[in-house]
Amino acid sequence: MEALLDRFISVDSPIHCLDLRVKLLATVGFIVGNAAAGWRMAGLCAAAAAIDAVDQRIRAVAGFGALKRSFIALPFMLAGFSVVFATPGREIAQWTPLGLDLRVTDAGVVRFISIMLRTWLSVQMAILLTATTDFPALTHALRHLKVPAVLVSIIAFMYRYLFVLVEEAQRLLRARASRSAVLPGQKGGGGLLWRAKVAGNMGGQLLVRSMARADRVYMAMQARGYRGELLTMTRHTMQRRDWQAAALMLLLLAAVQLVGRV
Amino acid sequence: MPIHHDNSPPPQAQTGAPSILVRELNYRYPDGFHALRGLSVAIAPGERVGLVGPNGAGKSTFMLHLNGLLSGEGEIRIAGLPLSKEKLPEVRALVGMVFQNPDDQLFSPTVFDDVAFGPLHMGYGEEEVRQRVAEALAAVGMADFAERMPYHLSVGQKKRVSLATVLAMGPELLVLDEPSAGLDPRGRRQLIELLDGMALTMLVSTHDMRLVDELFPRILVMDAGQIVYDGETSAVLNDDAFLRAHGLEKP
Ligand SMILES: Nc1ncnc2c1ncn2[C@@H]1O[C@H](COP(=O)(O)OP(=O)(O)OP(=O)(O)O)[C@@H](O)[C@H]1O
Ligand SMILES: [Mg+2]
Repeated sequence: MEALLDRFISVDSPIHCLDLRVKLLATVGFIVGNAAAGWRMAGLCAAAAAIDAVDQRIRAVAGFGALKRSFIALPFMLAGFSVVFATPGREIAQWTPLGLDLRVTDAGVVRFISIMLRTWLSVQMAILLTATTDFPALTHALRHLKVPAVLVSIIAFMYRYLFVLVEEAQRLLRARASRSAVLPGQKGGGGLLWRAKVAGNMGGQLLVRSMARADRVYMAMQARGYRGELLTMTRHTMQRRDWQAAALMLLLLAAVQLVGRV
Repeated sequence: MPIHHDNSPPPQAQTGAPSILVRELNYRYPDGFHALRGLSVAIAPGERVGLVGPNGAGKSTFMLHLNGLLSGEGEIRIAGLPLSKEKLPEVRALVGMVFQNPDDQLFSPTVFDDVAFGPLHMGYGEEEVRQRVAEALAAVGMADFAERMPYHLSVGQKKRVSLATVLAMGPELLVLDEPSAGLDPRGRRQLIELLDGMALTMLVSTHDMRLVDELFPRILVMDAGQIVYDGETSAVLNDDAFLRAHGLEKP
């Protein structure tokens, strides 16, 4: 789980140095454009290849971690599975479970693959953003883009408390594992009901403990001068390179839209 | 290295107001537990005071009051300032508070970010922040760890970084909750030397009676939410019966 969350990769790459706002807008632009593009994928794949090639160093460092992370959206992708049946087109298979009449169409399959690919690409793009931007800087960029402070604070804290939650869960699981001893020749673990009860108690514990910890972390932030706004030291004045990158990204997005709609 | 006590008056001594002034402080936790029962104490600028007492005596609870993280009934003034809403940011810049559990203290993606958090939010410029971080990390012997993730450090290392996070803020008053717990002998020795070399007001809770003996001429003994002794360390350390009565022992 931690590998899933520890995303910032501390190297100096061209993308690391880009202005935050450019990165953020490019990512959002890509994801929105991606969702809006027609289902013909050629253009998008080209764009993806370009992005993937952009920074070999990041991919090298991120390595397997990035690959694993990129499946974080898998459940959402699978939610799109119904289009396989719902899209009108030439019928290629029929399936009648429980009296349902499900017809798989060729257009449906293509569309489903397209959704999978596009979702995966969007996640890739988001990973690229988070791998090259540290989180306080990201929230700071949101502030510069005139997102309300309250909203940004909520995002910042959700992020921090995600770690809190994961850490507490790890602690609890470790405590349970270290005391789940089994004598030789005995069946360990107790009955199903008992186990369910333990799991339920642990869930409650996790909530209470995470809240208490979140409280204390908040105290620690206040103790060090936090007054509702996260500050960052990452440079943020638009420079020539930033404008160029913005323009390039805009062109790329436009191209994808054009190719995607043919 | 011989221990020497630096008794030169610290810069803010002239203002006259005590660094910490607490009168009749009472605090109940939300679940109703009466954790502080009528605490009163005054600590002069530049004084170094040890805070001891058995587990659950209320040491941590008391310390959390000193920069307004908890607020019970009674009066608290830090360098003459009340802990009112307007004065809190000022007070928090004066008080360097290190929590008992380093996992509560460290919350940033890297050690550098964590140490930079305080100075950055106090409004210092980038150059100044970088310099303060470098100095603070060097002071606690963690200069090589700036880019590491705080969650992945050992307990002793986390403790040191925690201390660095407040040193970087340049406080006038250090409030440390069990700073030596979890440190190896060398780390503990370094901590003692570090604290000894700083001309700050200090209130340090600990179960390490040798540390108290070496660093703190004055001691507060807490038990069951009250201060049961406030005075010279040497006197208390020789009173076996008293020490035993409050779950303490001779160094
Ligand atoms: N969040 C809380 N809710 C209710 N009671 C609490 C809470 N935190 C602490 N207490 C209680 O308040 C009392 C004082 O706790 P505190 O943590 O201040 O003790 P301490 O002197 O720091 O002990 P230690 O030496 O173990 O650190 C204890 O009896 C404890 O059980
Ligand atoms: Mg304590």
